[in-house]
Amino acid sequence: MSNVDAVTSDPGTSVPGSEAGATNTTSPLKRMFRFATPTLAMSPFVIYTILGLGIPVVFVIKNAFLSNAGHFTGSNLSLVAQGIYRVGFENSIRLALITSIIPGILGVFLAYAIQTSRSSVLRRLVATASGVLANFGGVNLTFMFIASLGTTGLLTVWLNYIKLNPWHYGFNLYSFYGVAFVYMYFQIPLMVLVITPALGGLRQSWREAAENMGASSWSYWRHVGVPVLMPSVLGGMLLLFGSAFAAYATAQSLTTGIIALSPIQIGNILNGNVISGETNIAYAIAFGMLIVLTITMILYTLVRRRSSKWLQ
Amino acid sequence: MTQTQEQPLTSGAPSTSAGATVQLDQLVRTYGQVRALDGFSLQIAAGEFVALLGPSGCGKTTALRTLAGFERPDSGRVIVDGVDLSNVSAQKRDMGMVFQSYSLFPNMNALNNVAFGLRMRKQSGHQRRQKAGELLDLVGLSDQASKYPHQMSGGQQQRVALARALAIEPRVLLLDEPLSALDAKVRAELRDQIRSLQQRLAITTVFVTHDQEEALSMADRVCVMSRGRIEQVDVPSVLYARPTTAFVAQFVGVSSRVPVVLAGQEIELFGQKFPVRTGDVSALSGPVDALIRPEEVAVEVDPAASGFVTHKSFFGATTRLIVQLGDVAVRVDVRSDIAADIELGTRVRPAFVARDVLVAPRLADAAPPSE
Amino acid sequence: MASVNQEIAFLELADPHSKEGVPARASGPRRRWRIRWWRGAVLLLAGLYFLLPLFAGLKFALENIAGKFSFQALQNLPSSPGFSSAFWLSFRLALVTVVISSALMIPTAIYVHLKLPRMRRAMDVVTVLPIVIPPIILILGVEGSAPLTLKSSPYLLSLLYVILAMPFVYRSLDAGLSAIDLKTLTEASRSLGGNWFRTMRSVILPNLRASLLSATVLTLALVFGEYTMASLDNWTTIPVWIVQFNDATDGHIQVAASMMGLVGTWVLLTALIFTFDRSQSRRAQRKTGLL
Repeated sequence: MSNVDAVTSDPGTSVPGSEAGATNTTSPLKRMFRFATPTLAMSPFVIYTILGLGIPVVFVIKNAFLSNAGHFTGSNLSLVAQGIYRVGFENSIRLALITSIIPGILGVFLAYAIQTSRSSVLRRLVATASGVLANFGGVNLTFMFIASLGTTGLLTVWLNYIKLNPWHYGFNLYSFYGVAFVYMYFQIPLMVLVITPALGGLRQSWREAAENMGASSWSYWRHVGVPVLMPSVLGGMLLLFGSAFAAYATAQSLTTGIIALSPIQIGNILNGNVISGETNIAYAIAFGMLIVLTITMILYTLVRRRSSKWLQ
Repeated sequence: MTQTQEQPLTSGAPSTSAGATVQLDQLVRTYGQVRALDGFSLQIAAGEFVALLGPSGCGKTTALRTLAGFERPDSGRVIVDGVDLSNVSAQKRDMGMVFQSYSLFPNMNALNNVAFGLRMRKQSGHQRRQKAGELLDLVGLSDQASKYPHQMSGGQQQRVALARALAIEPRVLLLDEPLSALDAKVRAELRDQIRSLQQRLAITTVFVTHDQEEALSMADRVCVMSRGRIEQVDVPSVLYARPTTAFVAQFVGVSSRVPVVLAGQEIELFGQKFPVRTGDVSALSGPVDALIRPEEVAVEVDPAASGFVTHKSFFGATTRLIVQLGDVAVRVDVRSDIAADIELGTRVRPAFVARDVLVAPRLADAAPPSE
Repeated sequence: MASVNQEIAFLELADPHSKEGVPARASGPRRRWRIRWWRGAVLLLAGLYFLLPLFAGLKFALENIAGKFSFQALQNLPSSPGFSSAFWLSFRLALVTVVISSALMIPTAIYVHLKLPRMRRAMDVVTVLPIVIPPIILILGVEGSAPLTLKSSPYLLSLLYVILAMPFVYRSLDAGLSAIDLKTLTEASRSLGGNWFRTMRSVILPNLRASLLSATVLTLALVFGEYTMASLDNWTTIPVWIVQFNDATDGHIQVAASMMGLVGTWVLLTALIFTFDRSQSRRAQRKTGLL
């Protein structure tokens, strides 16, 4: 430290210390400018997001607590927590659970089957297919399934020939479980996509170290493989849950709004299929959905953090 | 083949667990066009520390993994303590392996990692924890017992990996370049620790590395490999001082190639005659090169000499000069205080100061040394 | 919901840190044989589940009312009442969405990448939002809060589609920018005398081609497949048209339109994945010095 002092106090030498002097005398204008530029640069994006995302969401939350006359009330929420709307929530959660757990597990097995295949062609093919299938939209998917497994669908007809017509055994494409069945079509590929990197992160050296220590295949999976994969699997399932819970298009186009699911119920109110006096109910339902989805995403980020630590 | 064994450090009671004898018999392993192992045979005595040294692709890792059971040789046998293990799975071979990196189970803390092998052997929880604790103590990491791998440094991870491998009291300890991924300083510390541990426990150890310093400083014997075959197996000092093939001469330590003329059992080098070292001189026909080490050459400043200094590299205690003699470049190590007086371009006369010379068939195009 | 899945799918696909590795394999010949059998069974079942409906749908789309193979449904499609205006609407919406999205996201992504690296964490949060705030809730909020002038225009949907597309557009750009080490390139260009405009035009944008392409393709797939907001906002885009169109005489047309949508998505995305994957892996290899 004394060096610096000696240097700066000597006017004869050209001193790097003069820089230190300069920063101390930045004008407040300059400092403001330095803050302003990033703000200005980011403002289009921020403003757009606030307008497009923030305002509708705030509006929904606000209106959930508003009565038709405009007073603050909790009656919307309490109404929504019972009766058919409660059934709607339960159904939605049930549907989301079914179509996240089952496709989740199936997706893991499928992903593992693909990844351990020796043929890189197969692997590449399936990777591409998963990316595409996970993107198949609601409406198009609906009609494909109607054409295949509807009452007069092609597959139904074929299966009828061999006396295995699913409709005769209680299958109904246009029911709750029919919707779940169709959801699998994009939920499984989604899980495959999500879990594949995690599978790739299972190091060969762990497997070999376990073998070296005397572990059988079963022991390896039990003590190392499954525990290490579990955060990613859970994360994937959470993602699937969120995706299925919030879905509207597939269910709507398949069942034309008959089944009680929260998104469908919102849609019915918006469409005017339901009594107009209940508009604020829709906001209350949406509020409930937001709560469920927010919890889901918080859990997801927590789980994701854990998995990234282990699978570095 | 001479087998010298160093006495274990008498820093405690002599170990009761004598290591196993290992015999690798004519191992052959081919991958497509490449012969990873080409008739590899090696005998290892109980408690011996053998290093497999060679450049990447020489087959050293393949040999180790074959011994461990992760690779199946196309032909040849793996015999441990007289028992042929060729058809025994890796799981049942009772060997402890330390991998190059990232082999600790990420979902377990250090203690549980170390105890894993014991768990597989169905030891009780109490027994496991105790043994694991002892081993963490042995490697100096008992304070890290509850830490997870991602919370530890590379050096610490490898020490835990070592403890884990030793916990099962293996007959053979296998190490696959365990220090390669570590910083130089950590590497040096760990080197000593591994060696002293190994001597104390007297476990037969096979250590794979491409770093000759590691191999020479740690091993009882060093096995230099190239292209799936053994070039030379010897005690480090002999390996260094008396390399028997050109490859070893140039891989272990540094050698310069000087074309010479073979006359019977002698060659003429820098104006003097010296006997040839290689046992079977009759196998050599045609032009030959002498392989000489930098410390085997001395230089004298002489304005009338034909050689001159083209490079000078300071290495601390010694300085390495490259002396150009016509087409040939010779590396010479000189004490740094003497080298201070020798500038680039100085004319010097080299002299060979060892008692015999290693000679090998001439290489078609030997590139001059560049350092 | 298609958008959500797109985001998630793209999130994983475009992740520059995702590993291209094969999980550990068991050793031993007997084990391998057993695994091979099991793996084949799984793949077979999966193949059946995914390919059969696709096949059935395509077959139905390529049949006429009499049940014979025919392109009739496809031929009748463009002339079906409402189709062309629906297609034109979807097209315009897609165009506007892509333009707004690019104008908004490209400068933002570049700026964040260059000057505000710490903001990247916040941006990651933004990319997760469409999963938390799905289209159904978004359109509900918009219907109530948007000014009348906006609501009477279909381009309100475009503005919303930009929001929906934001995560994967941003992710795509981010991945592309990461892969080219934006900071170094920009500094090199500037030190050689290029101004910002030149730098953008000659250095940054050409290298972002793959990302921009993938963002555009995904946006297209989004707009042409989005049903929720369009139907509830009462605009007849293609998906809405497909659902509403109910020709009592020929159910094949609806399916034909749907299958076209699916096949179109498939073709676009496969081409996209192929080009993106190749350039990405090449760049990744270059980065690690393997190439």
